[in-house]
Amino acid sequence: MSSFSVTEPSKRSKWFAGTLVILYALITMIPLAWIMLTGFKSPADAISYPPKVVFEPTLEGYVNLFTQRTRQTQEYLDANPPENWRDEIVRQYDMVIVGPSKFGERFLNSVIIGFGSTFLSIFLGTLAAYAFSRFKIPLADDLLFFILSTRMMPPIAVAIPIFLMYRQLGLSDTHLGMILLYTAVNISLAVWLLKGFIDEIPREYEEAALIDGYTRFQAFYKVVLPQAATGIASTAIFCLIFAWNEYAFAVLLTSGTAQTAPPFIPTIIGVGGLDWPAVAAGATIFLIPVMIFTILLRKHLLRGITFGAVRK
Amino acid sequence: MSDTPVSRAARATPPRVARKIKGLSDRAIAWIFVGPTIFLLLAINIFPLIWTIQLSFTNYKANRIGREVKNIGLRNYERILTDTDIWLNMQATAHFLFWTIFFQVLIGFTLAYLINKKFKGNDLWTTIIVLPMMLSPAVVGNFWKFLYQPQIGLFNYIVAFFTGKEPSSFEMLGSVNLAPWSIVIVDTWMWTPFVMLICLAGLRSIPDYIYEAAEVDRASKLRQFFTITIPMVLPFLMLAVLFRGIENFKMFDLVVQLTGGGPGSTTELTSINLKREAFEKWRTGYASAYAIILFVTVFGLASIYVKALNKVKER
Repeated sequence: MSSFSVTEPSKRSKWFAGTLVILYALITMIPLAWIMLTGFKSPADAISYPPKVVFEPTLEGYVNLFTQRTRQTQEYLDANPPENWRDEIVRQYDMVIVGPSKFGERFLNSVIIGFGSTFLSIFLGTLAAYAFSRFKIPLADDLLFFILSTRMMPPIAVAIPIFLMYRQLGLSDTHLGMILLYTAVNISLAVWLLKGFIDEIPREYEEAALIDGYTRFQAFYKVVLPQAATGIASTAIFCLIFAWNEYAFAVLLTSGTAQTAPPFIPTIIGVGGLDWPAVAAGATIFLIPVMIFTILLRKHLLRGITFGAVRK
Repeated sequence: MSDTPVSRAARATPPRVARKIKGLSDRAIAWIFVGPTIFLLLAINIFPLIWTIQLSFTNYKANRIGREVKNIGLRNYERILTDTDIWLNMQATAHFLFWTIFFQVLIGFTLAYLINKKFKGNDLWTTIIVLPMMLSPAVVGNFWKFLYQPQIGLFNYIVAFFTGKEPSSFEMLGSVNLAPWSIVIVDTWMWTPFVMLICLAGLRSIPDYIYEAAEVDRASKLRQFFTITIPMVLPFLMLAVLFRGIENFKMFDLVVQLTGGGPGSTTELTSINLKREAFEKWRTGYASAYAIILFVTVFGLASIYVKALNKVKER
């Protein structure tokens, strides 16, 4: 028999499909490429007409993103020559660097809250998913549906009582408050996805372990956990991406110490309005980790997205 | 394994009895495992929901502590349902929902169909297409605002280049006619990949032998497309529409950064309106009633839809 099959598309239709898809991919990348380019432009180049594709790259946007600057008199500038390349950049505008901006802190908050809530969602989610998968729990289906339906609430609707509750408990604008909140939002999806992964692990493995004298706990972390590692990892990425990108709760419940990067980046102000190169630089630094994650872990991620669809 | 009398006894007894001796019963473990999750959901999802219901019958204002809170019955609900401005917000939301889903299904399915032709390097290009949906909507929305600037924005420049108009002659975000479309464009750019991925899963779930059988019966490619491909992908597509529908009904971050609800209130989706009532005007009781109405609407529509979906699946 030849390898020809009726379901294998012809060479021409493959070529045609490939061209269209690649064309779409390139067009869809234009806005992202533009963000990254703008980060390396001077403010004048960023708002020039027609939009500049070729320009002299500068790190001005990045310097502005990370520093606070003030204007100084000519005498002061003459008396204090610039010390490094960062100073030289801001001197063009008769400014001096007076200290770091809040971007570093906000970025660090995003990291702490993102990883903290991911760890907690996965920890609690794995336990719950295992129990739902292996034990008879009364009303299990209703509970699972209930867990998932909590995601239907608009975040603003939930934010009203959470705002009041956090004010009472002193959790407003704290890392702990945000970690708990993001965990509560993420855990529904985490349990749902993880249950699917654990369902796929044959029960025989644990039963064999139990007969060998393992306790349930031992069977769980010595047999089930290693088997579910891939599923746990891809669920973790989903939780992390959600917490990393979340805006509505962050903007309503945090304003200072625990504020994450998404509500902060759009407020970076330069001379005469938004400092677009600095905003673009902040956006680039914030978006790049997710893009790298997506490309490196594409197999697990893409499976995770469609997982819910395939199972239900 | 330690060699204590208990463990020796445990090894000698049948597994079910052994478990009782050596560790907690399965039932206790089940509750220990599920307990924290249920507790967290009760504390941060259910308790707030009940509180919202209670607040929705009062005239409470969260920025005035110490003010007397009166129970005003169903007055908040009455006011919302008879308010014509809120119906305008609902219309804006409906416009946004309908057109985003329309374009995402159209483009998403087409892309999935093309990718399923399995040309060389299709998985790499799929990943690239998926990138926008992984990013922070607020940051992306903020940046699209830059692309939409009338004089300096790239979007206006490209449209002007192809249509011959002046780039400053139209304002995507500033004009009452264009603003509702500007948010549809960005949402479509961002979320088409999601519909595409689910359609792709659907297309890949169709076994080859069905097409082979159709080929033996000499069914035309077009006929195969309408009698095999479409019906088999339909349940997946409907599920994608459900997810996108729920998500876009809740839409806040992307649009608030892009237009802030403006100009006027042409792009003020219900979530944005709700945020104004709750956190700018501080009408907490009123906003709580509003939140409950929105939740009931989503939940009701979603339940009807799921019923329809199950019917399609059964066929």
